[in-house]
Amino acid sequence: MSNIVVDKTKVPWWVSNVIVPLVNLSLALFVSGIFIFIAGENPIEAVKLIIFGSFGYIQGFAYTLYYTTNFIFTGLAFAVAFHCRLFNIGGEGQAYIGGLGVFLVAINLSFLPVPIVWLLAILGAILFGAAWAYIPAYLQSKRGSHVVITTIMFNFIASSLMIYLLVDVIRDTNQMAPHTVKLPEEIWLPSFEALSGVLGIKIRYSPLNLTFLLAIASLFFVWFLIWKTRWGYEMRAVGHNTQAAIYAGISPHKNIIIAMCISGGLAGLLGVNEILGVSHKIQAGFPAGYGFTGIAVALMGRNHPIGILPAAFLFGILYQGGSEVTFEMPNITRYMFVAVQGLIILFSGALENLFRPQIESFFVNRLNREVRS
Amino acid sequence: MEFVSDLASLINSTLRISTPLVFAAMAGIFAERSGVIDFSLEGKMLMAAFVAAVCSYYFGNPWIGLLMAIIVCVSLSMLHGFASVTHKGDQVVSCVAINILIIGLTTALAAAWFGQAGLTPTLTQEQRFLEVNLPFAENLRDIPIIGTIYSDILSGHYIFVYFAYISVPIVYWIVFKTSFGLRLRAVGENPSAVDTAGINVFAMRYKALAVNGILIAFAGAHLSTAVNANFFREMSAGRGYLALAAMIFGKWHPKTALIACLLFGFTDALQIRLQGVEIPTIGEIPVQLIQALPYILTVVLLAGFVGKAIAPNAIGQPYIKER
Repeated sequence: MSNIVVDKTKVPWWVSNVIVPLVNLSLALFVSGIFIFIAGENPIEAVKLIIFGSFGYIQGFAYTLYYTTNFIFTGLAFAVAFHCRLFNIGGEGQAYIGGLGVFLVAINLSFLPVPIVWLLAILGAILFGAAWAYIPAYLQSKRGSHVVITTIMFNFIASSLMIYLLVDVIRDTNQMAPHTVKLPEEIWLPSFEALSGVLGIKIRYSPLNLTFLLAIASLFFVWFLIWKTRWGYEMRAVGHNTQAAIYAGISPHKNIIIAMCISGGLAGLLGVNEILGVSHKIQAGFPAGYGFTGIAVALMGRNHPIGILPAAFLFGILYQGGSEVTFEMPNITRYMFVAVQGLIILFSGALENLFRPQIESFFVNRLNREVRS
Repeated sequence: MEFVSDLASLINSTLRISTPLVFAAMAGIFAERSGVIDFSLEGKMLMAAFVAAVCSYYFGNPWIGLLMAIIVCVSLSMLHGFASVTHKGDQVVSCVAINILIIGLTTALAAAWFGQAGLTPTLTQEQRFLEVNLPFAENLRDIPIIGTIYSDILSGHYIFVYFAYISVPIVYWIVFKTSFGLRLRAVGENPSAVDTAGINVFAMRYKALAVNGILIAFAGAHLSTAVNANFFREMSAGRGYLALAAMIFGKWHPKTALIACLLFGFTDALQIRLQGVEIPTIGEIPVQLIQALPYILTVVLLAGFVGKAIAPNAIGQPYIKER
């Protein structure tokens, strides 16, 4: 299979960046269909439900965009670290701690006027998320402890820490369940339902809120950071060839720390969406796997903001449509969609070169033929 | 006397709790010594637990469950090899994919087949592995020291516990005393030299991954058909990663990895005992902190406060044959 030699310079950009990822995605979805069949349901019906659930009505679509917001943050988080060849699997824990940052800032400074308290809460999310990523980054760069294991361990530790805080320290003492009090209503981020009222559309409830715009801004920020700044250049240099970077006077230590802290900060922003935008309190386990989904989003989007946006949207569709499926099909639980994520990571990440030579040579040969005739 | 029996039961539970870690660390040694990173120990252990529980239930025999778990785990290892050895995909990405896929798939299928809770049916006595009492354990119990060691610490474990500790010298012998082991280590250190010597690098890595799959299947079967009598969601609880940390801490060597696994097992055994205990001057330690101890210990050990770990030279790099 690997005998096919393709002249890389002759491959059109849309073949390697659009056609190949789409083929890989289709393979992943095809295998997912087989799993749904094994679980005893009809995959075609499931696809119909997914499309109806995520696009069929305005509230469903708002949910899709709400999930997209979360996946943009966690996808960008993974992508930034990956440009420095770091596998930040700790988005889940960083988001959890980031949520703590949002809440602590918001509850203690709620007397401040509204845009200022929002900005400070966003800053809180970034700082807390970054701090949680700093320790694994430091241990990676100074002690060589593999960042995959330490970030995974920091997910477990974050979960224990947050449960402790929620049970013993910041719990709403009027309630039995481990969650905090609600933030005062004046500082909640405006939701889509408020906006839709202005536009004259009536919807009952929607978790979509202003954070969506913050997510879009983050996409631009990451693009600018990675491709237009000195920091981004140095990070990519360390990721691409550490030895060469050292010769060029670039410090791997500094860049590992910077990349991981920015990555952790982006993951922390998930807390803004969840706490300032939706639930207005910290609930146990609120990151609910979004951090892990970010890995799939980033790998599918080829770690570029332009790719991450559609990938995050696709996962938004899968999540929202998926909840419709679990509602209608008793044999399918949300874990089936965790498996789908795994397949997408497998086919668009690890096996991305499975059919690449064949597809590229197919298009190159065709183009050559056109030129000749 | 109470102290002695306490200590005996602490050592007893350390041996039991360390068992899946020992299997996983030995599995990791095979993969990583051949130059293939294996973070997917976690996922494979979970898959083995699921398959062993389901097949023991259907076939009514835990040995068939173990056999099926071995087949499935070897297949998963081959998938990892297909992605990262044959297609030169990123090894860490391949592992993360396998782990997330398995977390989702096991729970989704358990829920689809056995109801929403995602539990497999509880296995009966015939469908699971039971404790093995060593010969004369009852007769020797009253002899001081020897009796305690033999009857209370060594006897009465699940068969996997004995398998695990027997596997360590065997792995040592294979890796360091056979020509297969020499080739295995060479492939992980300098694949092009091995290739020049006429040994197929890809075949060696696939063989190492096959052994890896067999060993990790035992860890999963231990969890779901011996210590527990069913499979439940995410029951591997990070043990694959702990084992990997133990292996790295043990410098990719069976003997030192075993010691690290026992250390993890001991922390976990102690952790269960410490819950709710008042400690003088400090008071009661929060249960969440105690539960996080194994994970904190992993971070501390990996930080190499006890010496720097040096990985096999070619680890994580796909081998590209020159033409």
